[in-house]
Amino acid sequence: MSIKVRFFASLADSVGRREAECPHVPGMTVASVWLDLTGSELLPDGALCAVNHDYCTLDQVLSDKDEVAYFPPVTGG
Amino acid sequence: MRVLIRLEAFDPFAEIRIHQDALGARCTSIGALASFIGSMRDFNDGESVEAMTLEHYPGMTDKHLERIAAEAISKWSLDDLLIVHRVGEVRPGDPIVLVATWSAHRAHAFESCRAVMEALKSTAPFWKKEQSASGARWVANNTPGSSADFKQ
Repeated sequence: MSIKVRFFASLADSVGRREAECPHVPGMTVASVWLDLTGSELLPDGALCAVNHDYCTLDQVLSDKDEVAYFPPVTGG
Repeated sequence: MRVLIRLEAFDPFAEIRIHQDALGARCTSIGALASFIGSMRDFNDGESVEAMTLEHYPGMTDKHLERIAAEAISKWSLDDLLIVHRVGEVRPGDPIVLVATWSAHRAHAFESCRAVMEALKSTAPFWKKEQSASGARWVANNTPGSSADFKQ
């Protein structure tokens, strides 16, 4: 019963890691995982999040084995 | 429809040629090909840039580009669409992105090519890290897609 967490680009640098694994707790959200791992209530300005490779909102509830990702504004192309 | 993420340098003109040749007999009904090629500049924010690293999110980036491509095909009358995007170490002048659209008519080719490119720039998970004489820095935001909003 766990979830996988990934950080990309400047967010990975500021958090100090690229991946983490957390025990899955019923009712946990994208926002609560961020708080647990970083100690910060808010994501940096413009930061984005995704669950299972789809964009999501911070209040999305996570299921067991989900993959949640946090990253800065995209700058491709 | 094809989406490619390339770790190695690519030749956008060769990619268009290969894709067009593969269309085969259908080519005779195609009246328009529109393409956009984005390359790495050697400057940004008033500073020379020597190299760049393009990071992406394997699994999400390809899925997202395929979704953008599928939406374009459902919205415009397209015979085909190609997206190629580079990741990894890039040098000034290297092509970074290619979007090509094939249609019977220019309006659909032009409009879809522009829309796919803007969707890619604003939503596809890629991140640029520039290397300059003063060190490495992440690019914070892309430049606006409209010339009316553009500041050099």
